[in-house]
Amino acid sequence: MRFFENTKIDFISKRRVAYIFSIILILVGIVALIVGPKFSIDFTGGVSLELDMTAPTPEHPALSIDQVRQVLIDEGITDVEIQTIKGSDDQVFFLFKTQKVDDSFEVQTEAGQDEEEESFVSTARIINLMRTHFPEYTDKPGFIRLQEEVGPRIGEELKGKAIMAILIALLGIIIYIWWRFEFTFGVAAVIALFHDILITVGIFFITGKEISLAIVAALLTIVGYSLNDTIVVFDRIREDLKIYRKESYSSVINHSINETLSRTVITSLTTFVVVFCLYLLGGSVIRDFAFALMIGVIVGTYSSIFVASPLLVEFFGKRQTTRKGGIKKR
Amino acid sequence: MKNRKFRNILILAVLLVTIYFLIPLLPIELPDFWTDRRVRLGLDLQGGMQIMMEVDHHELPEAERDDAVLSAVEIVRNRIDQFGVAEPSIQRVGRNRIMVQLPGLQEFDRARELIGRTALLEFKLLATSEQIDQTRERLDQYLQENIDDYPFLDRFVLHEEDDPMRGILEDEEDDEFEEVAGDIFSRLTSSQGMPMMVSNQDLPYVQRLLESESFMENIPSGLMLALERENRLDPRADRELFVLLEKTELTGNMLENASVRIGDGTDLQSPNRPYVSLRFNREGARIFEMITGQNIRRRLAIVLDGVVYTAPTIQDRIRGGEARITGNFTLEETQDLVIVLRAGNLPAPVNIIEERTVGPTLGADSVRSGLSAALFGLIIVMIFIIIYYRVPGIIANLALIVNMGIIMAALTILGAALTMPGIAGIILTIGMAVDANVLIFERIREELKSGKTVRSAVDAGFSRAIVTILDANITTLITAIVLYQFGTGPIRGFAVTLSLGILASMFTAIVMVKALFEAVITNKNRTELSI
Repeated sequence: MRFFENTKIDFISKRRVAYIFSIILILVGIVALIVGPKFSIDFTGGVSLELDMTAPTPEHPALSIDQVRQVLIDEGITDVEIQTIKGSDDQVFFLFKTQKVDDSFEVQTEAGQDEEEESFVSTARIINLMRTHFPEYTDKPGFIRLQEEVGPRIGEELKGKAIMAILIALLGIIIYIWWRFEFTFGVAAVIALFHDILITVGIFFITGKEISLAIVAALLTIVGYSLNDTIVVFDRIREDLKIYRKESYSSVINHSINETLSRTVITSLTTFVVVFCLYLLGGSVIRDFAFALMIGVIVGTYSSIFVASPLLVEFFGKRQTTRKGGIKKR
Repeated sequence: MKNRKFRNILILAVLLVTIYFLIPLLPIELPDFWTDRRVRLGLDLQGGMQIMMEVDHHELPEAERDDAVLSAVEIVRNRIDQFGVAEPSIQRVGRNRIMVQLPGLQEFDRARELIGRTALLEFKLLATSEQIDQTRERLDQYLQENIDDYPFLDRFVLHEEDDPMRGILEDEEDDEFEEVAGDIFSRLTSSQGMPMMVSNQDLPYVQRLLESESFMENIPSGLMLALERENRLDPRADRELFVLLEKTELTGNMLENASVRIGDGTDLQSPNRPYVSLRFNREGARIFEMITGQNIRRRLAIVLDGVVYTAPTIQDRIRGGEARITGNFTLEETQDLVIVLRAGNLPAPVNIIEERTVGPTLGADSVRSGLSAALFGLIIVMIFIIIYYRVPGIIANLALIVNMGIIMAALTILGAALTMPGIAGIILTIGMAVDANVLIFERIREELKSGKTVRSAVDAGFSRAIVTILDANITTLITAIVLYQFGTGPIRGFAVTLSLGILASMFTAIVMVKALFEAVITNKNRTELSI
């Protein structure tokens, strides 16, 4: 069995269409970064809590979000985001999230101006309220499933670290490709990577999903994956440029993309399938992470064919129309 | 030929080591030395608690700060060891932070309190009744004059608004029509007419006053205020507010031991109740004897972290260096007290700046869903590969399974924990490990198409694809290493499994698949290859 045997698709001539498409998506990503995507408590500081409040018997009515919210509001706790998650066997898990600092007891006055910057609506308070108001729903050994409190200072530090990590990874890659290929390839690859990251962030922005620590890890993985894809094509371009010395850049690059097309599609397909399984079956903890990877696999595959390789044509084409040894020999 | 022999031995060795480390995962009886080396589950999969603490050493001189953090790590470690948690991890992070990981733990609240408290034990004498009266008068007067600094005490201000005359005399300055009570502090601290007792209702106000520096500055010099500890058995009970001499008579440094005791039925102080028995070292005992001898009929407060635990009246000179902390304790409370007293006090206060806990049910759910995602993904990919490549596909699938095995074995050898993102890393590897094989197979197909013989097509396919595989995987490895440096806990787990997966897939594709290819296909001197 085989896909894409002897394809001769002219990718290069259609590159302008792809550029426009990419630029629109990138703009969304840039807007997302300017407006500010939704950061999770990993980066903003705050509290996140998952409680198992499944009805103890079928006779008990299931708790509603409004019921739970009312309890908090009565205690002066507002600005808490509440969601429910359905578990297996009809379990109902309540997810509480807030980035708000606790000021329920009076307002922080000048008199008490100590350095207590890190006080939140504590998880302990929410837990106690739930225990007192819904004793039957909360009296079980696995009641607390997840409890996270992050100080705002930690979050701020982590944000800086995450940006550094992404930049260092990109720098390392550009140096490696520069060494193995030549600088032009490195620049094209890194542009494609920025493209992938921006588009993923943009899609997270549009879908209203939070950027958490795990999502940053996913972004870095996308960088690795997309690059993997790009390099396979680049590798072939490097090889073909040596073989077809008389052909123009665009026809050689077109040829290389077509040659590697079936590999590109198969690998993307298998990777997408496993990531999709992770998305469907991996549970709530990992769902957004898998979602980011899914976008990444699609965008990464697209960018190696429609962005990274055509960019080489732009760069080389500017330099010379007829080729004479522009490529390092290896 | 020699090369090939070496290669076969290498493959065999890797397989044997992998199998050795995978066997303990099977549900069979094995000797201990074997089962001890089983892959460890991360906090997020087995449940547990992770706390990041910051040592607040800004009051210490620069030279002592480093030592303070180091000794804080040791003290926290001692406390946890005595609390009893399997495989805890206590590490210093950065300059003044301590990361504590307690896998499998479920008593979150108790652990938090145990780890985070300073546990500074001090013995202080109570002020005389004249001093107490003087303190109350001074504070009453101070609050009356400075009520504007404490808006939360608004209810003690009598606003003229309630006055019917108010309507006529508008426009005048507000302040002139306010009357401030002159006994605010006394009123806050006389629950049901008992002096220096604080009712549960007034407690938050008193606590806020105690936090205010400018308020505390107005306490007569040489004296200090401290609240009685919360009664766990009756949290709404009144609490006594003590006026103590600032001078510390004796500290926990001179303790030799602390232990939990239970008073017998005839015990007047704590009949049938648990209490903590303290034993001083020789010097501590001498000082204790002196203090008790000189202050008969006065009260001596035992203060832990600024909170009074008990304040008995000294009846007689106490020889032998034994003291008791009594009160309405739960057994758990006395046990925890003993742990912190034995481990000693932290050199500086610590603040918990990050805390993450995962309950055992979420962990178990994650393991289950992670496994099923991995299994489904693996099966679908394997079926696809067989349909697409046939015999070579079977070889690739074999390599894939060995690949998974190597990752698990390597995790065990490295002692790294398997986390949920780690499982995600393995799953991602399933997809990417296939890639190396796809690259090789596609290349062989091309070479065959260009008219080469099976043998030379296979050789050319491997040697050309290897360059690409190395280039493509090394860049992914770079990102994985950066990820490892940047991340903590779960993220690191992901970086580790991803890196291992990449290395394992390079090994299986370049070494193992090639060997199998040669054994199964080329040796028969085939002229055709279905790929």
